[in-house]
Amino acid sequence: MFEAVLLTVITAATPLLIAAIGELVVERSGVLNLGVEGMMIMGAVVGFAVANQTGSGTLGVVAAIIAGMAMSALFGFLVLVLVTNQVASGLSLTILGLGLSGMIGEAFIGVPGLRLPELYIPVLSEIPFIGPVFFQQDAVVYLGFALVFAVSYVLFKTRAGLVLRAVGDNHTSAHALGYSVVRVRFLAILFGGACAGLAGAYMSLAYTPQWVENMTAGRGWIALALVVFASWLPFRVVAGAYLFGAVTVLTFHAQAQGLGIPSQFLSSLPYLATIAVLVLISANRRLTLVNTPACLGKPFVPDR
Amino acid sequence: MRIELVKRKEHSSLMTLLSPLVAVGLTLVAAAILFTISGKDPLLGLYKFFIEPLTDTWSLQEIIVKATPLVLIACGLSVCYLSNNWNIGAEGQFVFGALCGSFLPVIFPEFANGATLPMMLLFGAAGGAAWAMIPALLKTRFNTNEILTSLMLVYVAGLLLDYLVRGPWRDPGGYNFPESRIFSDAATLPVIGDGRMSISAPIAVIVVIVLAVVLAKTLKGFEIRVMGESPRAGSFAGFSAKRLTIFAFALSGALAGVAGTMEVSGSLNQLLPSISPGYGFTAIIVAFLGRLNPVGILIAGFVLALSYIGGEAVQASMGVSDKIASVIQGLLLFFVLACDTFILYKLRFVKKRKAVAIGEASHV
Repeated sequence: MFEAVLLTVITAATPLLIAAIGELVVERSGVLNLGVEGMMIMGAVVGFAVANQTGSGTLGVVAAIIAGMAMSALFGFLVLVLVTNQVASGLSLTILGLGLSGMIGEAFIGVPGLRLPELYIPVLSEIPFIGPVFFQQDAVVYLGFALVFAVSYVLFKTRAGLVLRAVGDNHTSAHALGYSVVRVRFLAILFGGACAGLAGAYMSLAYTPQWVENMTAGRGWIALALVVFASWLPFRVVAGAYLFGAVTVLTFHAQAQGLGIPSQFLSSLPYLATIAVLVLISANRRLTLVNTPACLGKPFVPDR
Repeated sequence: MRIELVKRKEHSSLMTLLSPLVAVGLTLVAAAILFTISGKDPLLGLYKFFIEPLTDTWSLQEIIVKATPLVLIACGLSVCYLSNNWNIGAEGQFVFGALCGSFLPVIFPEFANGATLPMMLLFGAAGGAAWAMIPALLKTRFNTNEILTSLMLVYVAGLLLDYLVRGPWRDPGGYNFPESRIFSDAATLPVIGDGRMSISAPIAVIVVIVLAVVLAKTLKGFEIRVMGESPRAGSFAGFSAKRLTIFAFALSGALAGVAGTMEVSGSLNQLLPSISPGYGFTAIIVAFLGRLNPVGILIAGFVLALSYIGGEAVQASMGVSDKIASVIQGLLLFFVLACDTFILYKLRFVKKRKAVAIGEASHV
């Protein structure tokens, strides 16, 4: 029983983890992309459609990543080249993604889906309890953890990461030093789009292998909140994603147990928990101010 | 060759007028492409979507029915956005306002007299404002990001509505359908014309006029604009950013709540599990397309209401998914934002400069 719960927590946490780690990189470069929900839902529908047509989960995942990147490129063009308002541009990306995914997905409603295969790590997967939980997951779960380590390493141990953080903290100085603020930010936005697309594909190919309209149900927004919760530090995103995964799974089990609590109250728990967590974090100014990218959401027009 | 943005010396008044028109034009082109991709005749699609609904009185009335909540919500949102308060949870305030406004006709159906409707609208306004107060107070007290909190409350309000119409507020004589009882005549807004149009439409127009005067002619309007453009200058003038945040959220929440109550009381006549086709989100587009200006919002509200009716029309007559409406809405916001850039900036095409030797560069 406990093992089964833990397994579902991992599947619930993975899309949040991946989408949030992508957005963390975007925000570290000084851009606020509120379109995570829209990119994620596009990843979900494109991933499902391609996997369904080709019979290959891998191709579906790749297509979802490309879809997420295409959406983010649109956003990048708007906010970086045309210097539009980032909040409004991100919102329009979400509205567009929700509409477009509904249109593409109409043909796939009720079509049985394809589940990503689990990878059995030799030897380790045979350990009782630990094996099934940690070493019999699908590739995306491992990829999610690899992403966290990679992002943390690149951000804090490499020159590229230093440049990215410099661009996010003070774009005028970074520009004066000769770094292309727009290029760095565009690459960061593309990375965020790829992660959101992957997270969406995980929703429709592993979490619930089917296409349901609006199936991301606000997870893109929760991922945005997780970045704040993690105070822009990669490893704290893991903690946040698993906390939310646990809350989601807990509500499922509470519903199944029939505790007499209306299901709608349980379903609203993740959203209320998001608010509670945001309040707790933002009330602590010391914690947030240290890591908040100073140029987050501020427009940049290079003067030449 | 490279494209650069150059800041204009002052706002281009030509582009201010032109930009929404260009954006609508680009959206039409994109819509034509969408129809072609879906394998339909693009010209017929555009005609059915954008023109035909304007040719008969029934759909014209339906457009007004849908424009009314959009305009009301967008008016409130414009005050938020002008003052740099990012309320994107109007959908939740609409739903919670509708719930509060429906309290009387659902729980006390016998209370049916001249005071019923005014009290319902009052409850709706108070409910919407209260729901909007949550992100506002969290922002002013704890510095919590209002974008995320206001949005999370949309889901919570939707689930609350779902719970009520399936649970305690379900019509006792309704064969277990998830609906509330039908409102009495005293709780229904008077209808204008032969369709579903009610007096909510003229109320929205009055709100537009009042807001236009307040923004243009009063100190409050000045305060809203100053605090949005330069909070530091505003604080020297004695304006309080926190008080304005509370004001802007309360106003937009109240307007969304009234819109929700009027939608339930005027158009639906009962509570259903879903009472809004995303009015709260579409109103964000209305606010921007209308340049955060009440009169502009009135026009933009019609354009976006047309997109709802057009979406239904092409679904019925051409078999295109009605989701095309929200795609077109999203594209429209994209183009509006892109075109607005040219109010403040102009494009300059520069030839790629060759690398210059250091000695030469000093002469430049």
